[in-house]
Amino acid sequence: MKLFLLCFLPIIGVIVPILAKGFGRSQIAFFTALLPSVSLALLFSEMFAVFDGAVISHQIAWVSSLGLNLSLRLDGLAFLFATLILGIGLLVILYARYYLSERDNMSRFYSYLILFMAAMLGVVLSGNLIQMWFFWEMTSISSFLLISFWNHKSEARKGARLALTVTGFGGLCLLAGVILIGETVGSYELDVVLNAGDLIRTSSYYPQILILVLLGAFTKSAQFPFHFWLPHAMAAPTPVSAYLHSATMVKAGVFLLARLYPALSGTDMWFVLVTTTGLMTLLYGAYTAVFQHDLKGLLAYSTISHLGLITLLFGLNRDMAAVAAVFHIINHATFKASLFMGAGIIDHESGSRDMRKLNGLYRYMPITATLAMVAAAAMAGVPLLNGFLSKEMFFAEVLEQRTIGAISWLIPVLATVGAALSVAYSLRFIHDVFFNGEPRDLPKTPHEPPRYMRVPVEVLVAICLLVGAFPAFTIGALLNSAGQATINNAVPEFSLAIWHGFNIPLLMSFIAIVGGVLIYMSRKHLFRFQASFQTINASEIFDKVIHQIQCGAQKVIGWIDNGSYQRSAFILAAFALLMLAIPISKISEPLERLAHTNVEIPVIVGCILLILGSIATVLVSHQRIIALAMLSLVGLVVSIAFNYYSAPDLALTQVLVEVVAVILLLLTLYFFPQTTPSSTTGPAGFARDILLASTIGAVIGTVCLLMLTYHSESVSQFYIDNAKTGGGGTNVVNVILVDFRGFDTMGEILVLGIAALGIYKLIARMRLSIRTRDAQGRLWSEDKHPMILSVVSQSLLPLALLISAYIFLRGHNLPGGGFIAGLITAVAMILQYFAHGVSWVIARNKIVYQSLIVSGLMIALLTGMAPLFWGYPFLTTWFDYFTLPVIGKFELTSALVFDLGVYLTVVGSTMLILSNLGKLTTNQRLKVKER
Amino acid sequence: MEIWFSVAVGVATACGVFLMLRAHTFTLVLGLTLLSYAVNLFLFASGGLTTDSAAILGDKAINSDPLPQALVLTAIVIGFAMTAFACIQAMRARSESGHDHVDGKEQRDISTKTETP
Repeated sequence: MKLFLLCFLPIIGVIVPILAKGFGRSQIAFFTALLPSVSLALLFSEMFAVFDGAVISHQIAWVSSLGLNLSLRLDGLAFLFATLILGIGLLVILYARYYLSERDNMSRFYSYLILFMAAMLGVVLSGNLIQMWFFWEMTSISSFLLISFWNHKSEARKGARLALTVTGFGGLCLLAGVILIGETVGSYELDVVLNAGDLIRTSSYYPQILILVLLGAFTKSAQFPFHFWLPHAMAAPTPVSAYLHSATMVKAGVFLLARLYPALSGTDMWFVLVTTTGLMTLLYGAYTAVFQHDLKGLLAYSTISHLGLITLLFGLNRDMAAVAAVFHIINHATFKASLFMGAGIIDHESGSRDMRKLNGLYRYMPITATLAMVAAAAMAGVPLLNGFLSKEMFFAEVLEQRTIGAISWLIPVLATVGAALSVAYSLRFIHDVFFNGEPRDLPKTPHEPPRYMRVPVEVLVAICLLVGAFPAFTIGALLNSAGQATINNAVPEFSLAIWHGFNIPLLMSFIAIVGGVLIYMSRKHLFRFQASFQTINASEIFDKVIHQIQCGAQKVIGWIDNGSYQRSAFILAAFALLMLAIPISKISEPLERLAHTNVEIPVIVGCILLILGSIATVLVSHQRIIALAMLSLVGLVVSIAFNYYSAPDLALTQVLVEVVAVILLLLTLYFFPQTTPSSTTGPAGFARDILLASTIGAVIGTVCLLMLTYHSESVSQFYIDNAKTGGGGTNVVNVILVDFRGFDTMGEILVLGIAALGIYKLIARMRLSIRTRDAQGRLWSEDKHPMILSVVSQSLLPLALLISAYIFLRGHNLPGGGFIAGLITAVAMILQYFAHGVSWVIARNKIVYQSLIVSGLMIALLTGMAPLFWGYPFLTTWFDYFTLPVIGKFELTSALVFDLGVYLTVVGSTMLILSNLGKLTTNQRLKVKER
Repeated sequence: MEIWFSVAVGVATACGVFLMLRAHTFTLVLGLTLLSYAVNLFLFASGGLTTDSAAILGDKAINSDPLPQALVLTAIVIGFAMTAFACIQAMRARSESGHDHVDGKEQRDISTKTETP
């Protein structure tokens, strides 16, 4: 529970600054700092347990059935990071109080900052990889908000977008990697994953996992070649740079390396990828940092370089190197955060960050200058400061590695070069800013900052000094437990003494310091040399790339969708064919099974009719009314086929739908030209369409044949066995519709109702000319409603309704049911429109079809809900048998009521569609009030 | 008989797809209807083709599969609603654009270059 509070108090803290908005600036800062302070206290209360090597975990069940739990885990590594996040976070809150001006929206800033803090805590305290990834993405988003805090500045918006794109890309890679790990190991829980290193390393997915996870880590930690977002993120307010871009967020990447170190490291691939990237980043960052004129630019590249150093250490595949990396994480966080804060103070009090203008500030702000110089010395690795210790360990470790054989000496040499460059830019930071003559045209006269603005810097510098002077006492236990958690094993013996005697690492340090001084002294030549290169602005390139992607996407879309339906339809059909053809080409079974199928004359006749009807529909499609006749021939054959193959329900439905569909199509045709104009498609398009259509037909025919000749167990036996006992009916098809799969049916009548209402809406406001002559130019017959039809249809109506009631009632046991009865009723009613005309029917029939649909749907819904009152699931049916005199034994079932709903919906929908369509041909057409 | 049935389904599908690739709305509706027939027969066939044994519980042993029948039954009714919707859309398009071409206007010949001034 403590762990839970520790992790989630900051999340609540996000709203605190907003609530405290009305108070003064110091009060807002105070209230904001409260919850993180509580978290930090909670964290420290676990300190001794963690130092003893305990792993404290806490799980809260969430969706247990999916194995999703809220999982928190605190071990040495997590403790170290949580301390950095909360501790430096609190210092940054204090610092920002003085850094932000009156005009800045302070509560918004603090809110974002705490959001970031919560996200970062979530990353380090997660005991589940997916959960960790979630928080990981949250850090990207909150970092976006923080970088773009001064959103009136174009560079801030661009920098934020660049950072989000790069880290977001990495985040997606990480997710893929994490999922692969989960698939390989079978769990996303960190405890399991960390102990499954051998399983992961031997898995065939290992290369993919490693590359994806490393992409996530490298983009976040600004490793070469993904480093370019970090310098642009310097558009953020300096407290953000101090917090996110030196101490925490960019450390998330190396945290990931440390966290998954037991699971992923130890292979040559790890060594090559991680070490090479780290080394390149180390050198590139250090070299570029020397040439920066912007104070924060220098620090940003120096951060990149130090992150490269940490990455390099993790890549060496040596336990001690991993411990050294963890040590350097601590040291870098302290000196770099204090340097950023110092740079912020200089910027704040002198109005510039340009090192060409800032000179000789020592006279104006001696205390700040001293603090910054100590921190910069720690960065350079000067003895008696913390940076020296981890740099010595780094040198010792690169000397020890032998993985790349004879050229292993290259790594220590390059490491020394990197360290020399580091000394050079540290020296430049100190000498250019604080000495080196007088300031040049600064906007304001520099002076010391407010007292409390300097406190965070003082605290951090004091840590640098203390760790540097008494390493074993101050940091020993923390480093030991963090190192142990990182390598998931006992930490090898190491000594945190300052003096190890005269050895090679010390010599390397010496060379680095001397080399750094030499580089700095010859800086004029170097600057001239560097000026001959073109500078690359990553932000501009990024904009260009984004623009090109947009143009490319536009082109692709324009190619797929050029506004022509035919083209889209062709692509869709071709794609469907592709999707079908791939699996079907893998079915190896030949068509041999055909040999033992019998020949039945009626089937052959029917099939020939169907084939001829289909082809004729195509051939005469330009003469539309004939094509319609051919089409209805196909429909008729289909209904006969259903009847022949033991599906009476289907046959009845098909015949009835045939009737309404033909009426519908005839009504439609009434408003259309009677012939299709000659095609504009051209012979090539024609051939293309024929080819595609026939291939699809061939594939579908083959699938059909495979399906028919392949017999497998089906679930249907269940329905047949339970129809009578469970559903109380003998017509299995109907029982499936209204009982077993009642929920499906309900959805289907809902769709039917929606379609009908949609059509009703589309008919309104439709303006179409009423045709007065037929295709041959003859006037319509004067006798619109022939006498015989009128009389016969009128007397047929009650009979048809009676039959429909009969079909409806028997549906549960014999062919029939709501769908069929509804269609019969609809057909009989439409016949009245035919025989008597719209006005005659309207005068006599007051049924509002919309309400018929709605009541049908309501009946179905309420029938479904009724069982809930008796504690049964939705749509449970009830049935029982009763005996009445005269009638005899009969059955009552709730499914019948449900079927009534189906019936009403079908009648309502069909009538709503056809009657309104029919009315369009008369002056009774649907009228809508013009607004 | 399976081969005959399959050929019929294949031909109906091919004709339906071909009509659906045409350029005029009414032809499209015809194609849609034809394709629905083919699809319904296809779905129906997934239960196997059996004669003389409707899925009514009684004295006869049932061989026919009731499940595809139930699926196809609703498919037929929904198919009608869909056809109706397509019809109305075609009519509406004609009423708005005065044309029954699928794109609302006579398409520039797509086999030649599409960029016209």
